[in-house]
This record gives sequence, structure tokens and C-alpha cells, in this order.
Amino acid sequence: MVNISLTGVPLRGNKIAHFRFTLVGVGGHPDKAHEFEQLAMPLFAPLYNLAHWLTQDRSEAEDLVQETYAKALKGFDSFRPGTNFRAWIYRILRNTFLTSRTGLKTVVSLDDEDDSQTVAPATEETPESLLLARADHDVIQRALRELPVAYREVILLCDVEEMSYREIAEALAVPIGTVMSRLARARRAMRHLLQQRATGAHP
Amino acid sequence: MSCDRWQEKMDAYLDAELPEAETRELEAHLQGCRLCSSEALTRSELKRSIHLAGKAYTPDAEFRRRVLGSIVPRQTRRGWLWVWAASFVAIAVLLIILGPLLLRQQLQEQHRLVSELTDLHVITLASANRVDVVSSDRHTVKPWFQGKLPFTFNLPELEGSPFELLGGKLTYLDGAPGAELLFTVRKHVLSVFIFKDTPELDRAIVSDRPIRRLSFNIQSWTAGGLRYFVITDASRADADDLRARFASAAQ
Repeated sequence: MVNISLTGVPLRGNKIAHFRFTLVGVGGHPDKAHEFEQLAMPLFAPLYNLAHWLTQDRSEAEDLVQETYAKALKGFDSFRPGTNFRAWIYRILRNTFLTSRTGLKTVVSLDDEDDSQTVAPATEETPESLLLARADHDVIQRALRELPVAYREVILLCDVEEMSYREIAEALAVPIGTVMSRLARARRAMRHLLQQRATGAHP
Repeated sequence: MSCDRWQEKMDAYLDAELPEAETRELEAHLQGCRLCSSEALTRSELKRSIHLAGKAYTPDAEFRRRVLGSIVPRQTRRGWLWVWAASFVAIAVLLIILGPLLLRQQLQEQHRLVSELTDLHVITLASANRVDVVSSDRHTVKPWFQGKLPFTFNLPELEGSPFELLGGKLTYLDGAPGAELLFTVRKHVLSVFIFKDTPELDRAIVSDRPIRRLSFNIQSWTAGGLRYFVITDASRADADDLRARFASAAQ
């Protein structure tokens, strides 16, 4: 059994140096820690990328990732082998983010089943293949940053992490149907932002 | 089906989540519908652009090292500690249990060997023909063994010593041939056995210290790849003396 005591401050952009956790387990399972390392460390870069996208800040992203790993290691016993580890740890990262100060501040509305963030349907727009072809990384990244967090994360999980709908549903703890509708809305919002930018740039 | 309905399925299609049958239907529709194929192209380009642009941030190597360090080191050390403790216990158990066992086994083997040699000595003493080559001349006795043994040995010069060579004969110990040489000193008989040294013999003889058994004095030593034994009812000093003479003759 591995016990971890968390000493530190909530995510507030503090330097990671102030955020330390120590392992005080008795008779720890080296095998278990090794197994955790094998599963978790390959996801380090993707988790960090997602954390940075969520927090929009390097030091906050580091705090978030570190806390995620600490929590995941602590709760590793509750992870059932054979189930999806990636979805499991993403879920921890996301929950940690949502309860952090930045998370609480950022997420105004996760309830995307309301249509408050209505975006003009795609059919009303002209096909923007040309426009997208011109859109470079910067433009896409700026648009992603402007998206509400709930939309940003579902797009990142699907298009960057290439998770299946089932995995995303597990990571976000929502039904697959919700994943699909949220994804559709998120993509429409994304296209809307890109088009606004394009028409703004070339009136 | 209207194009709207097709476009509802388009995301699942591009995310490889559409069932196979529907995928075939949709692809058939895209072949003939410019509007939908243009829309599909746009969406797939957006998806690809996001895929590339989304990998925007990479963690510091230093940060990675720190997180890894916070997971592993204490655990690893604990693991090693455990391994060390287990090894220590295992070695202690081995020493406690196996040590005496091995020593006992070795002593038993030495005991057996010494008994056998003592028997050979006694049989020789009891025999009507104690030796096969009867000679006090070492230059007669030594050649007699040629062709009978897979090794050769030197006999000491006994001129002016209290020892007298009686002769020698072939003998066997654990199936290996050897020489048994008979000497007398002040009416006491001494047998000197010579065999090719083997690891088994080396292991059986715990030390070269003199052994006493059934009031016989026994000594064993090795020289030049040969294993020597002296067995006698004469004094230990006599046994030592003869041993010394053999040792100098072997050089």
C-alpha cells in the first residue's frame, strides 16, 4: 500500500518547487510503482500538452500534471488492470483542473446541452476549404485558445490525442451521445471562430 | 436522405466511428454530392490542422525528471532494501542450515575414506603375501609399478634411517588404482598409499592434520598431483618422519 501525503498549495501558478509530495508508504509495492511508471510515463508529454491547453500557463500546467501523477499513484489501487488507463488518468487530470482555482474560474458553463453558445450552422457558411488551407498553426492555436474549455478539451482529446468516443466518454465521465453532440458543437464553434478571423482579416 | 442527415454522420465518419455499413452508404453519397464532399473535405482539413497545431506544448526534460523522481526513488530504494534484506536472510538460512550439513557430509566422507584405507592396511598386515614385489631396494620396487599405474612416483632414500622398505603392491580406492608401499620402523609396519589426486579426494580430506583412528596414526598430503596417505600403528613422530622423507623425494 502506498500512501502519499500531499503538501502544497492549490494551483495558482506557484512555482512547482513549492509543490512537493512525499511518499510515506510502509512496505510499498515496488512492482506496483513500477507498473504505474510503465503505464503513466509514456503519457507524460500528452498529459502535459493537455494541461497546458487547459491552464494556458506553463507553471500551472506543471502543477496540474504533478498533482495528477500524485493522485493517480495514490489511487492506483482503484485502477482496474485491463481497463483504459489513458482515460482513467485523463479523468484525474481533468477533475484536478476543474477543482483548481483556474479551472473554477475558466469553466463558466460545462453544461453544453444548453444552446447558449449557439454557433451559426455550418450550412449557412460558405465552404471554407481555401480559408482553412491558409490557416496556419498560429491561427488554429489562437482559435483553440478562444474556445470554451469544454469545447477545447473535447476537440483536443478527439483530434490531437485521437481518443475513441468511448475513451473520451470515460475521460469526461459523460455518455457517448454527449461526446458526439459536444464535439459537433465544438467543431462548429471552431469553424465560426476561424471564419470570423478570416473575414476580419480580409473584409 | 437529405444532405443535412448525411452531414450529421460526417464527424463520426471522419473520426472512424461510423459503423461499416453506414460508412459505405456515406461514401457512396459523397461520390455523387459535391456539397457534401466539399463539406467532408473542409472538416477533414480542419481535423488535420487541429491535430498538428494541437501538439503545441512540450514539458521540460527537467520537469519530467522531477515527476518521475517523485514516483520512483523512494519506492525503488524501498524495493532494494527489501531485496537486500531477503538476500541477507536467505544467506543466513543457508549458512545456518547448509553449513553444518555440508561440514557433516565432508566429515562423513573423510571418515569413510579413512576407514577404507585402514581396512586396506589391516588386510595387508593379515595377508600371507603382504606385498607383490618383495624388495628393500627402491630401484626394484619403483619400476615394478611401471605400466601398472597411470602415474609414477619417487621413493625416498632410506639408507641410514630407521625405516626399511618391505615392498609394494597394487591397490584400489573407490575404483582408482594406486600403490601401497610397506615399510617397517622398529618392528612397526607402515603403509604408504599413493593415488592420483582428485577433487573428490581433496574435498573428502578436511585438512592435512594427522588423524587418529582405531589407534592408527594417519596422515595425508598432496604433492605433484598425487595424494599420499601414511597409516601405521607406529608413533606419530615416525609417521611424520616418513612423510617428510617422501616429501623431499618428490621434489
